[in-house]
Amino acid sequence: MNNQLLLGAEAIALGAIDAGISGVYAYPGTPSTEITEYIQRSNDAQAQRIRSKWSVNEKTAYEAALGMSYAGRRSLVCMKHVGLNVAADAFINSAITGVNGGLVVVVADDPSMHSSQNEQDSRVYGKFAFLPVIEPSNQQEAYNAVHYAFELSERVHLPVMLRITTRLSHSRAIVVQDTVRLQNELHPEVDKNKWVLLPANARLNYARLLDMQKQLVSFSEASPFTRRIDGEGSFAVVAFGIAFNYVMEILQTNGLNIPVLKISQYPLPEKLIKEFFDAYDTILIAEEGYPVYEELLRGYFDNKKIAGRLDGTLPRIGELSPNSIAAALGIPSPEIRPIPDIVANRPPELCKGCGHRDVFEALNRALEGYEYKHVFADIGCYTLGALPPFNSVNSCVDMGASVTMAKGAADAGLHPAIAVIGDSTFTHSGITGLLDAVNDESSVTIIISDNSTTAMTGGQDSGGTDRLFTICKGVGVEEHHIRTIVPLKKNFENNVAVLKEEFDYQGVSVILACRECIQVVGRKKKQKKA
Amino acid sequence: MNNNIILAGVGGQGILTIAAIIDLAAMKSGLKVKQAEVHGMSQRGGAVESHVRISDREIYSDLIPLGEADLILSVEPMESLRYLPFLSRDGIIVTSTEPFENISNYPNLDEIKRTINRVAKSIFVDAGTLARDVGNVKTYNIVMLGAASPYIGIAKERLEEGIETLFQRKGKELVDINVKAFRKGLETAGT
Ligand SMILES: Cc1ncc(C[n+]2csc(CCOP(=O)(O)OP(=O)(O)O)c2C)c(N)n1
Repeated sequence: MNNQLLLGAEAIALGAIDAGISGVYAYPGTPSTEITEYIQRSNDAQAQRIRSKWSVNEKTAYEAALGMSYAGRRSLVCMKHVGLNVAADAFINSAITGVNGGLVVVVADDPSMHSSQNEQDSRVYGKFAFLPVIEPSNQQEAYNAVHYAFELSERVHLPVMLRITTRLSHSRAIVVQDTVRLQNELHPEVDKNKWVLLPANARLNYARLLDMQKQLVSFSEASPFTRRIDGEGSFAVVAFGIAFNYVMEILQTNGLNIPVLKISQYPLPEKLIKEFFDAYDTILIAEEGYPVYEELLRGYFDNKKIAGRLDGTLPRIGELSPNSIAAALGIPSPEIRPIPDIVANRPPELCKGCGHRDVFEALNRALEGYEYKHVFADIGCYTLGALPPFNSVNSCVDMGASVTMAKGAADAGLHPAIAVIGDSTFTHSGITGLLDAVNDESSVTIIISDNSTTAMTGGQDSGGTDRLFTICKGVGVEEHHIRTIVPLKKNFENNVAVLKEEFDYQGVSVILACRECIQVVGRKKKQKKA
Repeated sequence: MNNNIILAGVGGQGILTIAAIIDLAAMKSGLKVKQAEVHGMSQRGGAVESHVRISDREIYSDLIPLGEADLILSVEPMESLRYLPFLSRDGIIVTSTEPFENISNYPNLDEIKRTINRVAKSIFVDAGTLARDVGNVKTYNIVMLGAASPYIGIAKERLEEGIETLFQRKGKELVDINVKAFRKGLETAGT
């Protein structure tokens, strides 16, 4: 079959199409978005009727994928690392039910927080749920790992996690395609005890899951993604996933002959690791993300045999790099020229012609004269309202938190209590919080800065486009306190007045600030021309 | 054969197009390729970079180690300096001279040029003017690719084929003008 240059994300997408998925479920999030986008664009996927529309959030995505698996078909679900927090309830419990058709969950971690609010390591979740995790180190392995993960999932009747990081997801290499497998026939699950997690069933299922761990370890022992690099001396390296690349890079360029064991599958292959550990005096543990397995291998009473992130041999935080590995291997750092002082930063900014700009300008003006000028914002392009020239934003924590934090602050007596949230974030997890506010008659002003798209992640369809008014009304916000404004310069005075009126209202109001994302407008124009 | 290239610019300036052409050309030449891109936050008027690695042996790291880039190809002068720590001792900077000023504290252009000259072997290309000469400002990035092509380690014919493959979908006219832009860049830098 043909060779293609693919991003790691695309390699996973192609792998999933070839492995016979019937659907992909996902909510966008860097660096996972391109997996689903590839499937959405793929002619093959369309021909095979692989379902690929965006889900409203990661939890709905995960549950839909689980339903597809229940019906006997293979499903893929993709998210960024923090998305798994949202889907965690479904994820953890799906380990207790197990699956029918293969279910693979791809989680893309973002060490160094290139575009995230933390650098949590999803392998911890895998361990927490007692599920197998595959951690490919390059694009070809990522492609192969999807095939393998689906086979494994159907073999052990469990969801399988594929853990990747930004660097693999957003880097291209040549990928060779493997065989294409047909989709599963519909064959819905018949075992009710397995799927009805009443305590009596759940206890049995949980015990079975724990019993299975030995079997999962034996799969790891025989993992096709393990590699042994021979070498000499009493010092060796255990490299997990992508860390292997940096280790091999340094060995290659410096002509070093150090033994390396590459691990790409969890739970840990105990025998393999033990044999390797017994053969050497000192071992460097190189893993991308948290020192999860370093901590485990050191044990509570550290055996002093291990070097890694916990003793400062490697940096405790941030993404690994060839240079951090070189330093850990005792190679003097190269003489480098520093960045000249003259170089200025280019902080990200809202586009010229973006409606969020006008929202913050009006908001800043409307807040003049108030003692407290607190704005609870959320995650999206509009978070940039925290930076100059606006400096309008006081918080950004997790998706949907603007609404509920404003509510809590209002309950505490803060007035005005203002939330700014994007349309996609609102449908992701703002609606339930709005219902809380309505039920509690909290005095909040919720500004939905609606650009009709999920702009931050590249302009994906947004779940509530053209229906936000109806949604808010349905949740119980009084109709005349759902105000629609158009954030344009020419409407500035009017928009300020509307905001002030609603600040003064002792109850829940929603301001729909509607103006299409300038990037989407541009893209549509281009498409029309073409 | 082993070549490490940093592509630098500002979001929207087309460095990923340059990367795609080099990728295609490297593949056509039977070489291995790795190319790390920056997506997400940094695209909004921010600095963007791509690490392109081509080699005839296995390439492990997606990132170029510090001090090991053979070439910094920048479509914006200040951006060429941002990645200086990656440049190898005898590496070269090929940069356009036209600043992209979306910040109020953009430094003095002459001082940037002096700094580039001082810190590394460098070639300056007035890509904007050349692209306009060719008849399409949008070929700016391809002019830069042409100018840097002697330092990429791939035959220029392969790079031109890469341009053809990439622009094919958009019609012969665009292929031709981009090939012309590529040659214009190459010619200018060569003299
Ligand atoms: C749980 C979670 N899922 C996904 C993301 C990635 N993400 C950040 S902002 C955003 C979408 C924002 O869209 P919207 O609220 O419409 O605002 P816009 O960017 O369009 O202004 C997404 C998907 C995240 N940070 N957290």
